[in-house]
Amino acid sequence: MAKPREALIDPLFNNNPIALQVLGICSALAVTTRMDTALVMSAAVVVVTMSSNFFVSALRNQIPTSIRIIVQLTIIASLVIVVDQVLKAYLFELSKQLTVFVGLIITNCIIMGRAEAYAMQNPPGMSLIDGLGNGLGYGAVLMLTAFVRELFGSGSVFGTTVLPLASEGGWYTPNGLMVLSPAAFFIIGLLIWALRSWKRDQVEAE
Amino acid sequence: MLEHYLSLAVKSIFVENMALAFFLGMCSFLAVSRQVKTAIGLGGAVIFVLTITVPMNNLIYAHLLSPGAMAWMHPALADYDLSFLGFLSYIGTIAAMVQIVEMVLDRFVPPLHAALGIFLPLIAVNCAILGASLFMVERSYTLAESTVFGLGSGIGWALAVVALAGIRERLRYSNPPEGLRGLGLTFMLVGLMALGFMAFAGVQL
Repeated sequence: MAKPREALIDPLFNNNPIALQVLGICSALAVTTRMDTALVMSAAVVVVTMSSNFFVSALRNQIPTSIRIIVQLTIIASLVIVVDQVLKAYLFELSKQLTVFVGLIITNCIIMGRAEAYAMQNPPGMSLIDGLGNGLGYGAVLMLTAFVRELFGSGSVFGTTVLPLASEGGWYTPNGLMVLSPAAFFIIGLLIWALRSWKRDQVEAE
Repeated sequence: MLEHYLSLAVKSIFVENMALAFFLGMCSFLAVSRQVKTAIGLGGAVIFVLTITVPMNNLIYAHLLSPGAMAWMHPALADYDLSFLGFLSYIGTIAAMVQIVEMVLDRFVPPLHAALGIFLPLIAVNCAILGASLFMVERSYTLAESTVFGLGSGIGWALAVVALAGIRERLRYSNPPEGLRGLGLTFMLVGLMALGFMAFAGVQL
């Protein structure tokens, strides 16, 4: 039985869901042009992973194995509907910007992956912590990518100008590539390179 | 009229490519693009399922879920707005359709079932499939438009995954820095491909 501390910290660096397990990249990249959307997205994913892990784990002895995927999907979809309704009620502007990507949390492989790999075998408390850890690991990569993209793409952090733009009388000429989709791939690729140079054991043997 | 559909098809295949412009279906995109052969298999399955599920979900949204959509059943039902049930219904439809498609193929077209075999179940949790349905609702496509959109985005996704697999097969002979090997390099590659596909932006028929 793993210790709660390990279950929480491990997914952050040693077993990061995006960088090592290659999970949940689908929705990770499109929301990272600005930090506030990335933050909302990370928070939504943390909430959904935690609660889906908790509920799947609580029900793990009742779910028949042959239809477990459908049951897990239903649990996750219901949780995502709750998150979506809350976002629409309290953060309407941001939820408009996230468009379909809130709904795509359902098919985010991190959530399915953790439900399948961890919550089906472990008690609810530990699953909750595991969900939190993985959600945070995902959020960390998302925030870091969004930070780089917003800083160099629009010269700001959380909408506050850090590098004054040349078009507004400052000195910084924004890098147009950063706000386009390819930049997200480059940044995550570099991030993985950095992480793997630091943690040697994650290097893939091909 | 035909031009409108043609333009929509070109837009969904190249300009708004599911994988390279919206990052949808990335999990299987990266996992299955090691070999051209398997990439073609999965690509075919995605085209197939998208062409069926997007119009299906369009019918469900237009006749059951959108505000006032149930008026055709009974006038008293005209006030209901079930659109919050969207996510649950779409993913349910997709999972069910994938299951049905698998059974039908197994019964009537065994060779195709053998070829697509293991990929079909994977597709239920492919973000591109659900994403296409959500885009369809957001952009309020008609039934015909959503069929074209489903087919087009499927072809676009398949094109991208086969192209990536082709490059990755070649990549095996290269010698990148240790930490970049595998996933890191693949990300860079996809980034470069996305840059290439951006050249299609603004193409209009």
